[in-house]
Amino acid sequence: MRSEIRFLLNGEEQSVKAINPDTTLLNWLRLIKMLTGTKEGCGEGDCGACTVVVADLNQSGQLIYKAVNACILFLPMLDGLSITTVEALRRSDGALHPVQAAIVEGHGAQCGFCTPGFVMSLYAGYENSMADNRHNIQQILSGNLCRCTGYGALIDAGLSAARHCPSASEHEADLSRRKIEYEYLQRAQDDKAMLSIETSEQAFYAPRELSELASLTRKYPDATFLAGATDIGLWVTKQHRQINRFIYLGRVNALKTISRTDDRVTVGAAVTHAEAMAALATDFEGLAEVWQRFGSAQVRYSGTVAGNIANGSPIGDMSPCFLALGAELTLNHAGKRRQLALDAFFISYGKQDRKQGEFIEAIRLPRLGSKEAVHAYKISKRFDQDISAVLMAVWIRRDGQLISDIRIGFGGMAATPARAYRLEQVLKGHDVEQPLPDAAVSALAEDFQPISDMRASSAYRLLVAENLLRKMLIEVSQDNGVKRLYPSSLPPAPDVPKAITMTMIEAGE
Amino acid sequence: MPGSSLHQPVAHDSATLYVTGEARYVDDIAFPADGLHIALGLSERAHAHIMEMDLSDCLASRDVVTVLTAADIPGDNDASPVFGDDPIFAENTVEYHGQAIFAVVARSAKAARMAVAKARIIYQDLPAILTIDDALAQNHYLETPYVLTTGSVETALATAQHTLSGAIRIGGQEHFYLEGQAAYAMPGEAGDMTISVSSQHPTEVQHKVAQALGVPFHAVTVDVRRMGGGFGGKESQSNLPSIISALAARKTGSPVKLVYDRDEDMRVTGKRHDMLISYAVGYVDNGRISAIDVDQALRCGMSYDLSQAIAERAVLHAHNCYAIDHMRITSRLCKTHTPSNTAFRGFGGPQGMMAMERIIEDVAAALHLDPVVVRQRNYFTDWTTAKKAQLTAYHMPVRDCIINTLTDQLLASSDYVRRRQAIESFNQSSPIFKKGIGFAPVMFGISFNKTILNQAGALIHIYTDGSVHLNHGGTEMGQGLYTKTRQICAHAFGISDDMVKITATSTGKVPNTSATAASSGTDLNGMATQHAAETLKGRMAEYLSTLYQTSADAVRFVEGQVHIGDERISFAEAASQCWQGRISLSATGFYATPDIHWDRDAGRGSPFYYFAYGASVSEVTVDILTGESRVNQVDILHDVGHSINPAIDLGQIEGGFIQGMGWLTMEELVYGDDGRLLTHAPSTYKIPATSDRPDEMYIDLYESDGNRSDTIHKSKAVGEPPFMLAMSVYGAVSHALQSLGQYPDTYPMLNTPLTAEHILMTAHQMKASG
Repeated sequence: MRSEIRFLLNGEEQSVKAINPDTTLLNWLRLIKMLTGTKEGCGEGDCGACTVVVADLNQSGQLIYKAVNACILFLPMLDGLSITTVEALRRSDGALHPVQAAIVEGHGAQCGFCTPGFVMSLYAGYENSMADNRHNIQQILSGNLCRCTGYGALIDAGLSAARHCPSASEHEADLSRRKIEYEYLQRAQDDKAMLSIETSEQAFYAPRELSELASLTRKYPDATFLAGATDIGLWVTKQHRQINRFIYLGRVNALKTISRTDDRVTVGAAVTHAEAMAALATDFEGLAEVWQRFGSAQVRYSGTVAGNIANGSPIGDMSPCFLALGAELTLNHAGKRRQLALDAFFISYGKQDRKQGEFIEAIRLPRLGSKEAVHAYKISKRFDQDISAVLMAVWIRRDGQLISDIRIGFGGMAATPARAYRLEQVLKGHDVEQPLPDAAVSALAEDFQPISDMRASSAYRLLVAENLLRKMLIEVSQDNGVKRLYPSSLPPAPDVPKAITMTMIEAGE
Repeated sequence: MPGSSLHQPVAHDSATLYVTGEARYVDDIAFPADGLHIALGLSERAHAHIMEMDLSDCLASRDVVTVLTAADIPGDNDASPVFGDDPIFAENTVEYHGQAIFAVVARSAKAARMAVAKARIIYQDLPAILTIDDALAQNHYLETPYVLTTGSVETALATAQHTLSGAIRIGGQEHFYLEGQAAYAMPGEAGDMTISVSSQHPTEVQHKVAQALGVPFHAVTVDVRRMGGGFGGKESQSNLPSIISALAARKTGSPVKLVYDRDEDMRVTGKRHDMLISYAVGYVDNGRISAIDVDQALRCGMSYDLSQAIAERAVLHAHNCYAIDHMRITSRLCKTHTPSNTAFRGFGGPQGMMAMERIIEDVAAALHLDPVVVRQRNYFTDWTTAKKAQLTAYHMPVRDCIINTLTDQLLASSDYVRRRQAIESFNQSSPIFKKGIGFAPVMFGISFNKTILNQAGALIHIYTDGSVHLNHGGTEMGQGLYTKTRQICAHAFGISDDMVKITATSTGKVPNTSATAASSGTDLNGMATQHAAETLKGRMAEYLSTLYQTSADAVRFVEGQVHIGDERISFAEAASQCWQGRISLSATGFYATPDIHWDRDAGRGSPFYYFAYGASVSEVTVDILTGESRVNQVDILHDVGHSINPAIDLGQIEGGFIQGMGWLTMEELVYGDDGRLLTHAPSTYKIPATSDRPDEMYIDLYESDGNRSDTIHKSKAVGEPPFMLAMSVYGAVSHALQSLGQYPDTYPMLNTPLTAEHILMTAHQMKASG
């Protein structure tokens, strides 16, 4: 057990003691370290002004750089990682980093308040060798808002930085920084001590092993499970809630795995959206657009797939997709496991079939058979980083032109993510070449009586859901395929960060 | 020594500080560990009496130092810019959901926020008027409706060959500057107060703080180095956090900071006015419009704020760039129990012009003409071909019109005609995706419509090493004002930009300034800077010419040197010699825009020094199954006169367009039935993100001999005009939907914002009636 939080900040080892564990990384940087380059724009992970870059090792032990929102990360979550802020990007001779230079030269900053966040997102993209095309830049910058420039100069700056050919000394400096980070991360990974912070009011535990997790859940059944904090962070920053005890799942290696059998993919509780999106792109091509539009780059690097389901939100994007796939959950209560079909998990608004002290250990997704496919559709006011007004996901098995089996999951249509059971019944046996039957329209209206809110009216939700069914039939029946508004900007499989290995560093690559 | 940077695309003066995180905003300024923080207690009702207020639990909350209410204000309980109708803290009655009632002062921002939640307030609800429709139904106005008339509208409409009428609802807009409102008050000796604030209007902050504290203006100094975005949202809205910080600093004797969090910011502050504009128009077969009768109703919120001037600009821009003989424009300032709407880039102009462009779209649809043709048939004549200046609705002669030439150039460069035909044939064979192309011209009057505000001051010191300190009343909000005035100053002295430091705008250096607003920053402060520089150059030339026994005309300031007859010395040496000769090396400069006047009551005058022009073409794709739309391509040609800095101007144009596109497409303010703003954070209020930027965007500056009016280096204002270029997106969406039917039975009566929901419901209705 260890009570101080240890991490690298801009290459320097930090050891933080006696701090309330719900202190956000942003407040710690700004108020304690006086590093005010990182800004607060919204305090909820929606604007990216607080973006910093976290270096971490992926499941293969490779170095990877993640842009994250510091405003909703709690400091103990950084234990064992390496953080870089905007203040540290200049070269030792004072020269600007290529992404900084490109923004200056390309006139990509006007008021400058969002700029550090853009710099850091582009820095992560640069380090991951991702910023070399417009689509990737859009992905990299999906969580950064700018109100002044109109973005063109920032997109160009990202592309131009990616073309920058580092000088020998720059290259040397990059290699040595990466080596320091790599070695630190490996040492931290080998340090198996559980982080355990207990202040007079709050406690935070970051177990490394499932056995430690089990004993913690037995001891503290009322603790709050924390994974990416993309939701729980807001309980603190927006609702000013006091959370007494956290159990953090993000350092349990056993929960960070994605495994495959012939008929199933299993996603662990601490797998982030970025990891799942990359690993499952070929398994479920039909989910690519939803996944690429899920939150933002920062949210996908932090938020976990299981967390999106566990919070039971009626507008979480993954739940309807997994309902359509026929997912099952593995729930773990102090080491005791049970399996539950996902649609049985959602009971009513804010209520799930999850006992106190029980957490989602894994999500089990059946793989697609040869005649099966999944299609998903997201409707929101904005393309990137928006919460869906309606999300429809359809799993379909065909027998020639006939739909032999179908499951349809909806978000935004009811108080929980929900299957459209009556609609599914009507569509079973439907010929995909035929128009949507009237009976389907009335079944949809029986399945759902959606609410009106700031995202959409009830009438729109019903009408667009009906039209999405029509769109789905067109896509299923026509070979030339996808009828989406953004076809050119979305390749079927997203580019993934190009991770760095120790061999590459040592070879000077 | 490099040459002058004037007219060159030099980087923003803070660009390196921005990208390294070194640029300091108010919340980044070193703050003492014992400094205090404030959170606001906000009304939970739209309109109610406060029956009881118990703040004892707030006071008892951890780390709380004190609370503030109206009773703690030594001077005036007013934060308003003009009319005295915006209480700092509501006393007996609250008039909007989100209005400040009290403040908690604590040792941390978190402690202050935790304490605020512990207040116990008992309200007695009063009837609330929330919407324009509510206000119209009850004639609930801030003042008698204003009417501006030219010609005889009723006769012209009655005798017109054709008439049509309609209405458009135009949504409001949240500024969403990335840096929220922030103020830092530092108490000094003898009741003095220094405020660092994110504000476009330091002088007004000075006045309001002094009035609230009950001290003379000289006791308050206000400094503004930079804002993290303003857009009009920090013209009057920065008064409140400044005053409350100052009140807390006075009460506690400590430095105090008030930084709104995003939700507070969006709930408390005013926004762009939403409007309901109805119209009748008379026209003939070829599209020529003879008369418009326009009725503008705008949601002002609970007080005036700047609504009177904003409504006026909406009226003055109600006919955009069209010469129409008979016009009546009525303006209704609706008083509602919602946040008091305020200045926002364009200042009423965008709404007034949007309705005019809708009229053009309607007339074109009725006549089966390309809307561009209808526009061209109604434009003011270009000055190069006009025999006599035509008059605006308010009888200002238009002497600088270039919209016809500019339109011709843009139509050619954007290949508009061919693309429009291609789109129409595409739509015939595309059942789900419909494309559309739209065009919008912009003619925007430059000057504050309130004449007295068109003045500015600058202060220049030359030090004996030849470095120059420049200060002026204009503030930097990212628009590049400091960069441009630095270029102007350096050019005047013939020195390089890095020899000129421009320092934080301060009421202690340049007094009695106007807000940095109305696109006027460079026009006014650039000219004041120039005047100060000329004064100093005159003094230096006179002294040096005597010293070197030549004439003052023989002294020139060139490339870091001063040429005195045949002698050449460095600028630093010249400064040093002048000092030794006991010559003052500090001077002020002042500028007041000439030739402008405005009589509001008569609705007549020449309130603008000149007009800025531009035009845009937008192409969109609409998914008629979902209503989603995407802007694919934008072509812009915009007139900035002779640009002082083309990189900055292009940045203003692109940024303005995208902000306007957000206003017209995805940005939607939603209020609950109880008057609470439901979209009070970026999770629910969506401004354009990176991927919304059109993949193809071509922006050109209009080539000319420069501004016809005598502005600083023949440049033109660029802050606001490009915002309205986004109106072409409206025309494009309308064009896409018009492929679904024929006027008038199936015609898209589109409002804004053009959300997916609004587009789908409109298309659905068209199909139902078709």
